[in-house]
Amino acid sequence: MAEDGSERPAVMATVPGVTERYFTRWYKPDAKGNPCEDHCILQHSNRICVITLADAHPLLQKGKAIERISYQISANCSRLQNKVSGKSKRGAQFLTELAPLCRIFCSDGEEYTIYSCIRGRLIEVNESILDNPSLLQQKPYSEGYIAVVLPKFEESKSVTQGLLTRKEYEEVLSKRFNCTL
Amino acid sequence: MIELAEKDKSIAQMLLNFGACPRCIFRFCRVELQALYRRPYKELLCELHTFLQSNNNESPCEMAQPPCKRIRLESTKEDTEEQTPNGSHQPTNAEKDGAAEENLRPAVCNVCLGILQELCETDFVKAVCQKINSSEYQFSSFVFSVSFPPQLSVREHAAWLLVKEEMRKQDLLVEKDDLVQLKEAYKWIIHPLFLEELGVPADGKSLFEVSVVFAHPETDEDCHFLAVACRSCFKPAKNKQSVFTRMAVVKALELIDDDDFHKNFQCPPSSPKTPCTAVDIQCTNGAIFVAGRYNKYSRTLPQTPWIIDGERKMESSVEELISEHLMATFKADSFNFSSSGREDVDVRTLGNGRPFAIELVNPRRVHLAADEMKALQQTINNSSDKVQVRDLQIVTREAIGHMKEGEEGKTKSYSALIWTEKEIQKEDIAILDSMKELKLDQKTPLRVLHRRPLAVRVRVIHTMHSEYIDEHHFRLHLKTQAGTYIKEFVHGDFGRTKPNMGSLLGMTADILELDVESVDVDWPPALDNE
Repeated sequence: MAEDGSERPAVMATVPGVTERYFTRWYKPDAKGNPCEDHCILQHSNRICVITLADAHPLLQKGKAIERISYQISANCSRLQNKVSGKSKRGAQFLTELAPLCRIFCSDGEEYTIYSCIRGRLIEVNESILDNPSLLQQKPYSEGYIAVVLPKFEESKSVTQGLLTRKEYEEVLSKRFNCTL
Repeated sequence: MIELAEKDKSIAQMLLNFGACPRCIFRFCRVELQALYRRPYKELLCELHTFLQSNNNESPCEMAQPPCKRIRLESTKEDTEEQTPNGSHQPTNAEKDGAAEENLRPAVCNVCLGILQELCETDFVKAVCQKINSSEYQFSSFVFSVSFPPQLSVREHAAWLLVKEEMRKQDLLVEKDDLVQLKEAYKWIIHPLFLEELGVPADGKSLFEVSVVFAHPETDEDCHFLAVACRSCFKPAKNKQSVFTRMAVVKALELIDDDDFHKNFQCPPSSPKTPCTAVDIQCTNGAIFVAGRYNKYSRTLPQTPWIIDGERKMESSVEELISEHLMATFKADSFNFSSSGREDVDVRTLGNGRPFAIELVNPRRVHLAADEMKALQQTINNSSDKVQVRDLQIVTREAIGHMKEGEEGKTKSYSALIWTEKEIQKEDIAILDSMKELKLDQKTPLRVLHRRPLAVRVRVIHTMHSEYIDEHHFRLHLKTQAGTYIKEFVHGDFGRTKPNMGSLLGMTADILELDVESVDVDWPPALDNE
């Protein structure tokens, strides 16, 4: 097959990244009532969800330095011990909306908890950010993700019901901005 | 003559009294001369009576009487009331008078329920063949399979117990297995008739199967007592309509002791009013396999129908574009598509294409000459410019294995159009060309993680060759181990494939287009008539 010369510029003109191509963004502002601690949930069309920080989260604001990230969320529960096996992901820790995923400690003494925001099985947590916390701030929507969660099949539509769409989230952000003016 | 020895006489007579037909009598006397079974029923009946009366100084008429009476009853009306012994009949008259016998429809055999009577005769075979011939099947031999109602085994057993007793008196050592099996005798008779009607021979290895299922509702309850006597043989199972399968009944009959059997089963059993009926006549041709290689030139065509929640996501598929023509030509019931790996909906398959095979289930046609096959390939290729096939050929079931062997361990070549976030110069991407046998740790990609186990798999990129396009684009030719996820290698899949293009170049990269350039499986063989 000869290369179709006319096709290439068209393809190259629009370059939506991987996240935009395959995932729908959902937002949870003020997670667990903590102002501005916004989370983002990237839902793949196959119902897999990736939990990340959202733009307005204090951790993504200028000047924040992350000192340490811990998946040990209580004395006897560490997300690092989560193990899944088989196609059906047996043995996964089950998460509810308010289940904590990790705690992030900043050099200014602040501490933030990241929550699941959706119900589902914990498939994996991102261990790369333990060694390289700056990934979280540099690439929050890709390599700096927090965890992968698989909602139940029958809940794959309903898990995002309490969340905001991108447009709704932008409205929240602009209101928030206007209030602080 | 009818090949019964003098010593068989008492057994033959007993069976006749039991209500057995001549062929069942031969079976129990272990006559293995096939030609005998094929002779016309009336002749056999006649000669049997002659045999039983010959040289018989012990009142032959008395002995021969009951079956003859039954014949007469059948011929007039099915009147079971008239069971009182009637010594006034002279059976010899009936037997000797062929004209009179013309009108007689013989009583249904109390052992085979008509299987070795009218159900193995020309009229029945003609009816079956009519069904076969009306179904367009192409075949050069046939295998005939027949299923009898399970209660036949009960009657067979009852007759056997009778014969066994008599044989013991004669000090004969005969096992039940030594008898000529009903199915065997049936096939001896019916195979030549089929040969005559169909013009092709019976062959146990034939892929064309004619199967007939017989039922006899009138006597269905005959085997029910076994469920009480041998409870362990009759376990209900989900996929069984009735617990009284032939296997279970045979098993129970092996276990039950003779006294129990006699206590529960009237011997001889009451005469059936009607013979068995063929409740199902089916023809099936063994599956055939058509293989070839396909090219896919569309980025909006999935390999197999893409249906989610019963809703079609994309029109058509590679599988359908090829199979619809095969289905029409071979007139099959259904098909199963398989291939050496698969490509995503937005990936083209170029070069020599990807090997595939399609199983055609129960095809009416099974042979296609080389030029017809070529014409079929042309039809497929003319119908769509999204898919083209080559090397289309009929292959054996075993050969399909070659295609699947190729899935692991073999190499695949790809061409990818890559975008970089930062501006690049030719030198920036040249490092890729020098990388050989690059090992990747690939976590199960997020896009398939919902249906595959989570694992880290090591895959090897054997070679890479880059072609610079502009500041943000280049084309990469890769030769990789089968099973490498190329898209994930390029965009990194949230950093879950390591290393990835981004980490190798030190900048975010993304994949815009992907083509499969070759699937290195040398099967099916190339046809030189392309």
